[in-house]
Amino acid sequence: MGRRVDRHRPALIDAPPRWLRPALLVVSVAFLALFYAWPVGTLLAQVADRSAISKVFGREALRQVVWFTCWQAVVSTAATLVVGLGPAYLLARWGFPGRRLLVAVVTVPFLLPTVVVGAAFSALLPDAWLGTASAVIIAHVFFNVAVVVRLVGTVWSQLPPDLVHAARTLGATPWQATREVTLPLLRPSITAAAMITFLFTFTSFGVVQILGGPAHATIEVEIARRATQLGDVGGAAVLSVLQLLILALLLVVAGRTRRSTEVPLRRVERLRPRTVRTRLGVTAAVVATAALMAAPLVALVTSSLRPGGQWSLTAWRTLGNDRGVRPGAALGVDPLASIATSLRFAVVATVISVVVGALASLAIAGARRRGRLLDVGVMLPLGTSAVTIGFGMLITFDHAPVDWRGAWWLVPLGHSLVAVPFVVRAVLPVLRARPEAWLDAAATLGASPLRRWWEIDVRLIRRPLVTGAGFAAAISLGEFGATTFLTRTGNETLPIAIGRLLGRAGDIPRAQASALSVVLAAVTVAVLIAVDAVGDSGRDRSGSR
Amino acid sequence: MKRSSATRSAVAVAVTLLVLTACGGSDAGDTAATGSVAPSTAAITLVTYGSFPTADTSLNAALQSFTARTGIGVTIVQAGDAGTMVSKAVLTAGNPEGDVMWGVDNTLLSRAVDGGIFEPYTSPELSAIDPGLTALVPGGEVTPVDFGDVCINFDIAWFADRGIEPPATLDDLIDPTYADLLVVENPASSSPGLAFLLATIAQYGPDGWQDYWAALRDNGVQVVDSWDSAYYEQFSGSSGKGPRPLVVSYASSPPAEVIYADPPRTDAPTASMDASCFRQVEFAGVLRGTDHEAEARLLVDFLAGAEFQQEVALNLFVWPARTDVTLPPEFTTYASVVADPLTVAPADIAANREAWVDAWTDTVLR
Repeated sequence: MGRRVDRHRPALIDAPPRWLRPALLVVSVAFLALFYAWPVGTLLAQVADRSAISKVFGREALRQVVWFTCWQAVVSTAATLVVGLGPAYLLARWGFPGRRLLVAVVTVPFLLPTVVVGAAFSALLPDAWLGTASAVIIAHVFFNVAVVVRLVGTVWSQLPPDLVHAARTLGATPWQATREVTLPLLRPSITAAAMITFLFTFTSFGVVQILGGPAHATIEVEIARRATQLGDVGGAAVLSVLQLLILALLLVVAGRTRRSTEVPLRRVERLRPRTVRTRLGVTAAVVATAALMAAPLVALVTSSLRPGGQWSLTAWRTLGNDRGVRPGAALGVDPLASIATSLRFAVVATVISVVVGALASLAIAGARRRGRLLDVGVMLPLGTSAVTIGFGMLITFDHAPVDWRGAWWLVPLGHSLVAVPFVVRAVLPVLRARPEAWLDAAATLGASPLRRWWEIDVRLIRRPLVTGAGFAAAISLGEFGATTFLTRTGNETLPIAIGRLLGRAGDIPRAQASALSVVLAAVTVAVLIAVDAVGDSGRDRSGSR
Repeated sequence: MKRSSATRSAVAVAVTLLVLTACGGSDAGDTAATGSVAPSTAAITLVTYGSFPTADTSLNAALQSFTARTGIGVTIVQAGDAGTMVSKAVLTAGNPEGDVMWGVDNTLLSRAVDGGIFEPYTSPELSAIDPGLTALVPGGEVTPVDFGDVCINFDIAWFADRGIEPPATLDDLIDPTYADLLVVENPASSSPGLAFLLATIAQYGPDGWQDYWAALRDNGVQVVDSWDSAYYEQFSGSSGKGPRPLVVSYASSPPAEVIYADPPRTDAPTASMDASCFRQVEFAGVLRGTDHEAEARLLVDFLAGAEFQQEVALNLFVWPARTDVTLPPEFTTYASVVADPLTVAPADIAANREAWVDAWTDTVLR
């Protein structure tokens, strides 16, 4: 085939330039140390004593919880990959009107608060399934398909089709070509999507609470229960460490099996369905994907329009001025203010995540052993219970000069701790797939080390950074769990406002919660489309140079 | 190609502008909401649970009038649900996040008091507060500010349509007539769920309640994890139109169903079963370690005062702790204050909570 498929780690002689590497490392390491390791370490030091340990491990139910957590995460991840590759292929390789909208719609379930989608979901599932492990797994697949579509799709859309063409010319069946050529090339991004999905389902909280019923609990559920219901913060912290240890072990194993496959990624024109057959096929696939992913959204819209079992616009009409519901009975939820807060937080969280994520990715790709450590380090916050991080920040940032409790920016910062791993997982496969020959070529042409790094690596990660930015924005807009454990002064985000409405009896609060969820979905779709548009226009510009 | 790229840029610019204007707008709103009157006056922080409104309600208007009168600005800090709030406060005892806390209830009170989070203070307003509530805090650490009852709610129409009498006592619930009709919340994850468990412990005693729950289980009780899934997905009397006509909810849910009905209605679709009610009492107190103790005490006085107490019913759906406050008509028409609610001493709850919940889990779920 004439291309080098290098089974060894790329040497990465001078990308980035040697003198720049410490600087790249410092920012991401400092960020993690200050806002993750320090708070979590402080909390552990304060509360995790011997009695907390023996109390947690003395419980017979613990083994069952750990087993269920691992088992459902493995099954959910495998199922998500199987289900997600179809839409990923469709959206990466085929061009059709409304493609970008469909990409956004597929992402919506991932970011809607689980309280909201969980409710819609439980209305859609047959009653007999509720409270079963199957319901949990189906919901996990549904929530995380977006991860596969976005992470694998980014690479798939840039995979040169001539490799497959060559294989087909040599007599391979389409299935053989997929198995022998496409899948191995996609493997780094599939591994990335699997890791993220695994982390998300392993630490699943809302879905398990709503759909798993009282008989199923994950470690995360047990942590929250100990810390908030029982006031046993020590036990919660010990469980957090247990969760982290299991995850770190799995991450190290996954890191060992990960091999980089070199293939130059480039911009590939999307296929246009021209023949009747491809048109029918693409239309059917689009309709099926849209129908499946949009089902809970439709359920939400319906419930916002049928407050008391009859069609009515009251929930939408009173959303803006809920003083109008009945004199004296305001709900104290200002949707416009919470949209503004959510957008503001999303901007801050996205900027932090993109900067830290980009620097971390470049540092990981540029360093060797230390790079692997940092790679695991950036993933850890995703595997750490939100309670632990939130409580840790509370007791760490409580004195000058770090008296930051209640500072508004801790909330978007908490979001970005969750989002940075996504940025890194989106960027790294692309960086790792970059052929070393490009650097050699640039060097031969006389480019300085800095210039080589800037023109090749830094430019290369623009597109995956946009994917990462989309994730970060979506995560920040939809984040509920971590937000509830960070202290807030007013500044309600949309999910928090929805949560407050869901806690009230009566037709109107319930319908308003649905209406506000629809608003959240719409805002997110708009933001994702805008982020994608910015990314595409950036690519057009750099392409024309 | 060129045109579509121009459109994309236009969209990007529009979104950026939207975000910028949105940010500007909300900043202005924040300043107005926290009500800092003059820069020279003290500002204190009220730590509370997540369902306490932070702006736009008559409760917040009352707080602003406190600021106008005293010059003390009040910032509201939400620390999660009540359990999370108390856990956080215990962690930060002595170096608190704020100056006054609103909303610790009798199921959490002992944990909070034992954690040393409060500075005892006896408010002059205490004389107007129901002595039955004040009796819960012999040490004077906190001041009772409101109460509510967690009760079985029933769907009036469901029972009327079938000509069945709604259940009247906890014993009725294990009668085969009411098989498969009740949905409750898991006490391990839900505060009304815990309250109902405590109600059964109060009723049947520390030795009898497990037998009662075994009978409930055999009679088809359904357990879900949260109040909203119980009330909106399983209960037939809410807009969710679920399959079960009996649910563990609040005595204030029937008035809420009227107040927030759409289309408006004059009769409540649900009612609560008085013999099943567990009383939840909420307290406010000065946080130990505050730098503004005098101002914090003034705020506690205000929270227990008539002006603020007047507003708690319609904003928090609880009953004011003061006996001299006029209730809104919905609260007198569609609900009543249960004369003899079930209750368990805060110290017993703190001592046995985990063991009781574990035993309940073994009895009902395993």
